[in-house]
Amino acid sequence: MNHLLEIKHLTVSYFTLSGEVQAVRDVSFDVRPCRTVALVGESGCGKSVTAKSIMGLVKKPGKIRKGSEIIFEGTDIAGFSEKEWNRFRGKQCSMIFQDALVSLNPTMKIGKQIIENLDNHETGLSAGEKRQMAIDVLKMTEIPDAEACLNKYPHELSGGMRQRVMIAMALITNPKLLIADEPTTSLDVTIQNQILRLMKNLQKKLGMAILLITHDLGIVADLADEIVVMYAGKIVEKGACREIFYHPVHPYTQALLSSVPRLDERGKQKLRTIEGNIPDMTNPPDGCAFCDRCPYAMNICAQYMPVMKPAEKHENGGNCKAGEFHEAACWLMDKRAGEKV
Amino acid sequence: MEKREVDLEVRNLRKYYPAGRRRFLKAVDDVSFTVYRGETLGIVGESGCGKTTCGKTAIGMLPKTGGEVFFQGKDVHRMTKKERFDFTGKVQMIFQDPYASLDSHQKVYQIVAEGIRIHKLASDKEQEQEMVYELLNMVGLNAEHAGRNVHEFSGGQRQRIGIARALSVNPEFLFCDEPVSALDVSLQAQIVNLLMKLQQEKHLTMLFIAHDLSVVKHISDRIGVMYLGKMVEMTDCDELYDNPLHPYTEALLAAVPIADPDLAEKRKGIVLEGDVPSPVNPPAGCRFCSRCSRRMDICLVEEPVMKEISPGHTVACHLYR
Amino acid sequence: MEHETVITITEESFRPLERRKKEMPPAVSHSVWKDISIELISNKVALVSLILLLIIIIGALFAPLSPYDPYALDSSQKLQGISRAHWFGTDEFGRDYFTRVLYGGRVSLTVGFLSMLVTITLGTSIGVFSGYMGGRLDALLMRFTDIFLALPSMLLMVILNTFLQPGLFTLVAVLSLFSWASVARITRAETMSLKERDFVVATKNLGASSLLIAVKHIIPNVLGPVIVAASLSVANAILMESSLSYLGLGVQIPLASWGSMLQGAQSHILDHPLLAVFPGLMILITVLSFNLLGDVLRNALEPKIVK
Repeated sequence: MNHLLEIKHLTVSYFTLSGEVQAVRDVSFDVRPCRTVALVGESGCGKSVTAKSIMGLVKKPGKIRKGSEIIFEGTDIAGFSEKEWNRFRGKQCSMIFQDALVSLNPTMKIGKQIIENLDNHETGLSAGEKRQMAIDVLKMTEIPDAEACLNKYPHELSGGMRQRVMIAMALITNPKLLIADEPTTSLDVTIQNQILRLMKNLQKKLGMAILLITHDLGIVADLADEIVVMYAGKIVEKGACREIFYHPVHPYTQALLSSVPRLDERGKQKLRTIEGNIPDMTNPPDGCAFCDRCPYAMNICAQYMPVMKPAEKHENGGNCKAGEFHEAACWLMDKRAGEKV
Repeated sequence: MEKREVDLEVRNLRKYYPAGRRRFLKAVDDVSFTVYRGETLGIVGESGCGKTTCGKTAIGMLPKTGGEVFFQGKDVHRMTKKERFDFTGKVQMIFQDPYASLDSHQKVYQIVAEGIRIHKLASDKEQEQEMVYELLNMVGLNAEHAGRNVHEFSGGQRQRIGIARALSVNPEFLFCDEPVSALDVSLQAQIVNLLMKLQQEKHLTMLFIAHDLSVVKHISDRIGVMYLGKMVEMTDCDELYDNPLHPYTEALLAAVPIADPDLAEKRKGIVLEGDVPSPVNPPAGCRFCSRCSRRMDICLVEEPVMKEISPGHTVACHLYR
Repeated sequence: MEHETVITITEESFRPLERRKKEMPPAVSHSVWKDISIELISNKVALVSLILLLIIIIGALFAPLSPYDPYALDSSQKLQGISRAHWFGTDEFGRDYFTRVLYGGRVSLTVGFLSMLVTITLGTSIGVFSGYMGGRLDALLMRFTDIFLALPSMLLMVILNTFLQPGLFTLVAVLSLFSWASVARITRAETMSLKERDFVVATKNLGASSLLIAVKHIIPNVLGPVIVAASLSVANAILMESSLSYLGLGVQIPLASWGSMLQGAQSHILDHPLLAVFPGLMILITVLSFNLLGDVLRNALEPKIVK
């Protein structure tokens, strides 16, 4: 199986006044070409830091620890110099952010901003060609009257349109991987729906892989092929989308899924909640990070960290189709744990 | 249908903001609704639809431009100082941002005790302390938390403190303005459960405003849908989901992501095109007509009014007459 | 690279975890003073200026311990250089200059602190009141404030001082009169933004009176910028006092401040420059220290993003 992106043992720490915050702890996963992988988790679980690491955006006081590997098409990019990063960012791999208004330069016209991104990576194009490319890419993102849009400033556009411009900017260089960090969180549902559909269509057309970072399981269900669930800087479960949704193994995944209020429920029911709070990341627990809040916690959970194991043999484990996988890190998967869930 | 007691009655409420030369931003335009005692009325809508302004104007936090609001028979906007003070003991609010809504210079105890002191609900220090501890227990915190500074708490816990503060004066009516939208999923569920539990225990009436239809549907008895300063549809929760009448409601329901891949694939693919028009210059006729897939000629000219289609189900749309 | 951890599994391992009630971590007292001391430790220049200031203040406080009378004239001792007996030498009337500097410090610091107190009290009350009330009253008060900001204060101070009975309290009154306006501006702006904040709205919803809101919620929250303004205001008052005294409009003989000592040294600037250097140095150190401390306070009190 060829991978576009392989992340191995990624560990990122932030060194703050109150100590070392272990934001990402030994995270490994792969992204295959043309696939959508969703990184899911609550705020502070390390999903955004993971994305930043792939783009070389972890800045002081943050540091990618030794032993971490980020392999993009066979090259380890974790040790890139700033110059190499600049060549890589925006060309091989682009990123779109939650808030388009903050990410776009408010004093520069849209057209100029798009072309600037092109200038950094493609040389030898005439001004006319570049303009045409900018118009084409804006049209591709279904912006009405793309030519007029080139001459507008970001504040003249609505939130949805700005997000489209961001996507256009990210895609003009034809990247192989698009990282979308909460791309629709600041948008209204009907606009969010438009953007999600656009992303799906563009992926089909251009064939890039998408790494989607979100806390919204609804979006994940709609878009993702594979899901990586993170908790307290670690991956607790990963696998094919339907596997995770219909046969979750890790208690955290299960709790997360059942705490989402759903439209298709009748009447007033109590939502299942996860009591308690996330652990202190300056001093993460020895054992499983979820142990404190887990309803099935065993003695061993507090002592030793569980490792990722295939979930197929577990009684709850589904039937992975060919090419799919499903892994989780939980002591309950151990045979000796018996039937508890 | 049995006659129910009315807590809050809003009639033709209008709230305009000046927006330049003789133009107005019609944040709330001719909205009417009733909140019955003990129920939860949810109001949903996208950002800028005026739902928060509507709620704040309805409980007199903002001056109105027109219309009338009655709380238990009293005009909210025409109260004497004494009446206003009594009103604050009955109507309380939960805020959206758990960080901005608590004074970071205070301790939890001071925050929760403030309402008790203002309304002189405790006869002495001991009773006050007892009441504060009880309130903290009620919202899932404990006496140990009382002496802590606010900034030691996370968003979810802060929201609990905010709820305890609102409950400190024994209110009858709770106005919740997007109380969970700043929180993570698991905390969202905790707060939603807490609000539902408290409502049952204390027989609270709630006006619950949110942009997330699934949350609103979960907690509310009835739901009103707002679009561009107007109420477009109002009915029971399940009825709204089973039988949405207004094309906007339909599109809104279809747009809410469902955390279920099979269902997500099967759903009707209604994608609402276009953007919400500016509330300063809304379209003539029906405000939704610029995005509506079932637009008729009359929609461009005449503004539809709220009509009761079936018992308890009202809609403002020319499709139903 | 991944070192294997040895896992000992017993029968107990897979039994349900018995949860001990978790003890809450001790309350982190995160006081303003702690913030300030952290900032001071990381900023060595500021620490030095704080120590210097303390030395000057203590020196001024204990000035009467000096064996010399600051006002007694002794022509036999006049204009002496630095010696063991006279650390800073003596002035043209034979008075011990070190003692004079200490006594001068008393006057300068008193003027500085007193006018700071008046300035801050006046400025904060007007600012908070104006910002909280809003509307026409606010407009009126702020125009009034603007006028005070627009006046050429030095010139008016000179004029006022000539008409009034000169002395310490006149000096303080005049200095405060011309510096409250900027404090009022700062606190008013803060108040305006604070009163829209949710926690203030919430208190209002609880039925709290305006006075309670202002005292309990607005003033504690504007205190940060006010403390910063206060430290700068002390420095400013000392400077102004020096200028006025230099013009002969400050405290009157035989009382001396650093400013009036500078004036006295004027006639000996060529033959005995040290007479000007000592009070000048004191002014420089004090003003600089207060300004540096102002920066420290600003950094320490700046609202931190608590996540």
